[in-house]
Amino acid sequence: MKTGETGVLTTTLENALTWGRSNSLWPLTLGLACCAIEMMAIQASTLDISRFGSEIFRNSPRQSDLMIVSGTVTKKMAPRIRRVYDEMPYPKYVIAMGVCVIQGGPYARGYSVVLGVDRVVPVDVYVPGCPPTPEALTYGIITLQKKIRGETDR
Amino acid sequence: MHGVLRLKAKLDGEVIKELEPVIGYLHRNAEKLCEMGFYCDNLIYFDRMDYVGAMNMEVGYLEAAEKILGVPPPERAKWIRVIMAELSRLAAHLVWAGAYGLDLGMLTPFFYCFGEREKILTIFTEACGSRQETNYMSIGGVYQDFNEKIIEEIKDFLKTFPKRMEIIYNIYVKNDVFLSRTKGIGVLSRDLAIAYGVTGPMLRASGVEYDVRKAEPYLVYDKVNFDIPISHKGDNLARFLVRFEEMRQSLKIIKQALDKLPEGPYFNPKAKKSMMIRMRGDGEYYARTESSKGEFGVYIVGDGGVKPYRVRVRSPTFKNLSILPVLSKDVMLADMIAISGSIDLVFGEIDR
Repeated sequence: MKTGETGVLTTTLENALTWGRSNSLWPLTLGLACCAIEMMAIQASTLDISRFGSEIFRNSPRQSDLMIVSGTVTKKMAPRIRRVYDEMPYPKYVIAMGVCVIQGGPYARGYSVVLGVDRVVPVDVYVPGCPPTPEALTYGIITLQKKIRGETDR
Repeated sequence: MHGVLRLKAKLDGEVIKELEPVIGYLHRNAEKLCEMGFYCDNLIYFDRMDYVGAMNMEVGYLEAAEKILGVPPPERAKWIRVIMAELSRLAAHLVWAGAYGLDLGMLTPFFYCFGEREKILTIFTEACGSRQETNYMSIGGVYQDFNEKIIEEIKDFLKTFPKRMEIIYNIYVKNDVFLSRTKGIGVLSRDLAIAYGVTGPMLRASGVEYDVRKAEPYLVYDKVNFDIPISHKGDNLARFLVRFEEMRQSLKIIKQALDKLPEGPYFNPKAKKSMMIRMRGDGEYYARTESSKGEFGVYIVGDGGVKPYRVRVRSPTFKNLSILPVLSKDVMLADMIAISGSIDLVFGEIDR
């Protein structure tokens, strides 16, 4: 975006759309296990996620555009996650929160855990940790916002 | 309520005629994985069972594991464990209170509860570097001694928390909508509670004075003064009130434990870090402790090896969940949500 001398903003339509999109991510409350408590914590008073435009956690996949998969994905749960993902309208994004979701974590040797949610749905941002701190998840959301706007950290 | 639960309900209008809970969406085979790890490693799976009150789970596992390995913790470690377990109980009840408000459509107390919980987690971070899944205790003691800063932080917390807790308490009990949705709803009679093996605050809300901390004291619970709060009503409101009274008692325990905290070593010298993976356990032992949800039992069988032969967990919330189909027969659908919220379900523990 460029500010003109007369106080007029000039931008492309796409830039304006992605700017709006990145600043109004509505997450879905897909809390599966331990990480979900930390996901609740970013919504609460200490780390207020509404500063980044994501204050409304929706219970319906039809009203949300960001899925934070927080907690171990089991083989029984995986088809349900795919179904919820398919029900979300485009454009949609996925954050994998915690090592369980990234590659199985401490339960990787077991028989009932899916080794990474990226085998079920495409993932945009991975947030490692067991569980990640709320700060880490906030950073993950900011990274996703940058990704949507086409900026990079590097 | 926290976790993934599927409820199959047969409805007549808005009245539930039959309810069947389907569990297993968070089955992470923790019991099986315990057979693959050394005794000292298995603690992490217990942290992640009841993840809102992780310290209580650690106490439960170590009660059994230390008996099998023959490395009892020193006196100071026992007192530190009591302090941490009670702080953890406070955190668990705060999460429950906030989530119960969300279940009933109240958003405000959620922010208060999580704000207070954050202060407890700061203490945990100071003690062990982790917020929620603490892994603070280890076989034969604790990972790190209490320093001055932690004790100062706990004292600060004890000063500010009672006032904040009363604010949270008043938000609930002075709210007409909350009272009308909890008073007289989901009444669990004394006999039914005993027949279904319900434990913890749910049992005490039905008028049974049973608490493992009193009935079969572990650690140093026989050296501190506290009361068991009970109620004879057995409805949702009674469970709420019992949990809040339990929080007040927990504060009392922490206060006494801080005064009585003895000097000395904080871990058993037999359980040095280099010795951890060489410790062999033989025999079998069942330990029961009072977690924030109820009676938490751990049964370990050792065959003389460095890894346990079998680990079995008696989950309090699994037994408490079994009462839900009975309580929600012939009640409105919305009341069923209020009842299931009051049970305090955590699915990491039910499915394991």
